[in-house]
Amino acid sequence: MDGALLDILPSIILEGLLVGCVYAMIALGYTMVYGVLGLINFAHSEVFMIGAVTGVEVFRYLSPHIDNPFALLVVAILTAGFVSGATAVTIERLAYRPLRRRGYTNRLVPLITAIGISFFLQDLVRLIEGLWHGEFYMNYPSHAELEHTLVLPMDMTLQVKGLITMVVTLLMLGGLWFLVQRTRLGKAIRAVAQDATTASLMGVNPDSVIARTFFIGGFLGGVAGVLFGVLYTQVNPFCGFIPGIKAFTAAVLGGIGSIPGAMIGGVILGQLETLGGFYLPFFTDGAIGTEYKDVFGFVILVLLLLCRPQGIFGKAQKDKV
Amino acid sequence: MKIHTFTALLLSSAFSATVGADTIKIASVSPLSGSQAGLGDMIKLGAQLAIEEAAPWFKENGFNLAFSPQDDQASPDVGVATARRIVNDREILGVIGHLNSGVAIPASEVYREYQLAMVSPANTNPQITERRYPNVNRICGRDDVQGPVGAEFAVNELGAKRIFVVHDKTTYGQGVAEAFRTRALALGAEVVGYDGTEELSNFSSLILRMRVMKPDVVYFGGIYDRGGVLLKQMRERGITATYIGPDAMDSSEFVKIAQDAVIGAYYTTVAGPADQFPAARSFAERFKARFQKDAESYALYAYDCGNVFVAALKNWIEQNPGKTPSRTDVAQAVRAVTIDGITGAIAFDDKGDRVRSDYYIVKFETASYPGTTVKAITQTIEPAP
Repeated sequence: MDGALLDILPSIILEGLLVGCVYAMIALGYTMVYGVLGLINFAHSEVFMIGAVTGVEVFRYLSPHIDNPFALLVVAILTAGFVSGATAVTIERLAYRPLRRRGYTNRLVPLITAIGISFFLQDLVRLIEGLWHGEFYMNYPSHAELEHTLVLPMDMTLQVKGLITMVVTLLMLGGLWFLVQRTRLGKAIRAVAQDATTASLMGVNPDSVIARTFFIGGFLGGVAGVLFGVLYTQVNPFCGFIPGIKAFTAAVLGGIGSIPGAMIGGVILGQLETLGGFYLPFFTDGAIGTEYKDVFGFVILVLLLLCRPQGIFGKAQKDKV
Repeated sequence: MKIHTFTALLLSSAFSATVGADTIKIASVSPLSGSQAGLGDMIKLGAQLAIEEAAPWFKENGFNLAFSPQDDQASPDVGVATARRIVNDREILGVIGHLNSGVAIPASEVYREYQLAMVSPANTNPQITERRYPNVNRICGRDDVQGPVGAEFAVNELGAKRIFVVHDKTTYGQGVAEAFRTRALALGAEVVGYDGTEELSNFSSLILRMRVMKPDVVYFGGIYDRGGVLLKQMRERGITATYIGPDAMDSSEFVKIAQDAVIGAYYTTVAGPADQFPAARSFAERFKARFQKDAESYALYAYDCGNVFVAALKNWIEQNPGKTPSRTDVAQAVRAVTIDGITGAIAFDDKGDRVRSDYYIVKFETASYPGTTVKAITQTIEPAP
């Protein structure tokens, strides 16, 4: 049996990488908004959920018209990205910007607003889907091409949809890095992140930069939603909560505000969870079951953060004077 | 001002209790919104049909028989709050529900305080009737029989040797999974995994463990919402073990979630499929005509629950002409009732269990609901002397 436990290790790591990629994509949204505004946008988990639900609707209505599942997936990803991005911008415009205008410097106020929006959006989607299709659970239809299993060396298997998830994550990370480091918009985002007031004196419009940051973060969240739904086959109006919390944790672990940090944090959390979920029951003879995988993951996180409170890539923040 | 409104309220409720005494309400409580609405809706509609069909008789005898559907959202706290609301409506003399044992157990504590009769179409946890409350009854079987029935089928007929048991950590899911495991072990099978999970989407850790443990049967104690996803992901990742679940897989939603993966899956149930009962065909037609939906899962059992109340009320009214029954009267009349329901003869023993309950094993031969019944087992619980 011990041999079997080791033989399957590569498969576990691959599985952890996959779920880590999903966390990382969501974490990017948290980290970008935090970087620019210093705000933890808890409504981001619902932006992710809206992406997942939009994806289901695209699959539902376009399946009869588009035969190729890959084309369908691309359409779903783009549509969900835009819908989620638009949702994020709307949230920013209606909820956060008015608070900013009134000069709330206390960060608790927008934080509580974010939690409120989060609840509002969950029940709004539940209401809409309930009236529209009478459904609570929404299922992604099976497509043999997407579910085709690739056999890799060392007994690993990976479904095509898993491969797509990994590739898309890398593309998005690369694209985001390019956008932030190499474009005018990126320069503006970095400027606002450093100091919004000074940036506005230099001719940068902070409101427009913030709105675009929300759009980019929301877009990534929407894409993650579709990939999450395709991977795990079922979504519902409350499905954003757990991945959202985990992605937030991943962002903190990687150092919130840092883009590579979000990626690394997501992957580490995914690995801890999957490894813990697999090995704990074996090493404790079933006394600690797979159900403790989250506990395991979070205990390690607490220990890591005790040693490095700013996260892996975060810069230690001293009080600004 | 406040006090005036309050007294006025008190007066009006006292008033309606006497003058409006000719209204009798039967409530249904089941999840009508949220994740388990698929099963809960069937309980509501089945009960509603029974009440509506019986209403003319009550009209002739001077009573207005009404139906009051309630939502417990499959949550224990909402269920208890709903129970409190129900007991405050003096016209409600009976409750049909709940869907979840974990909700029914705390809610029935409330009904007991008010001697309000409850007849459950779906609660299978042994604890429901083991408390021996005089007002709590069920017409379905019990998990301490359902679990073992599943285990015997798995070991004796499917030849299972290595069984992986998963449950959803609810009163219902864990209860039936434990009963399954105990019997499977007693029959000599090896239980290679026993795990609870509250996960809804990502079952990869469990599935990786199945890859190593190589079970030939996977038993999932829980509701279709998790069970369907687990089954789908198992098949996608190449786990070919036979899937068996308890009665909460009995929903067309299960097929919708698992899609083609459902083919070859089994479930045990305490609520027999309509094809098992000769009288069910006409029920299914009336149900479809009334609600434009196909009767599924617990609809038939909820309908029989409604008829238990109807029969109990009729008996009492015929024996006490000109009077209105109290809640205690109804609870006693329900416990004493004997009817020939669509699902067979219904009578309760001193605990409130049905004297004769049937257990079925159903298999999905195709990816469509309902599945095919492969076995029916009748279990007779002898009434205590």
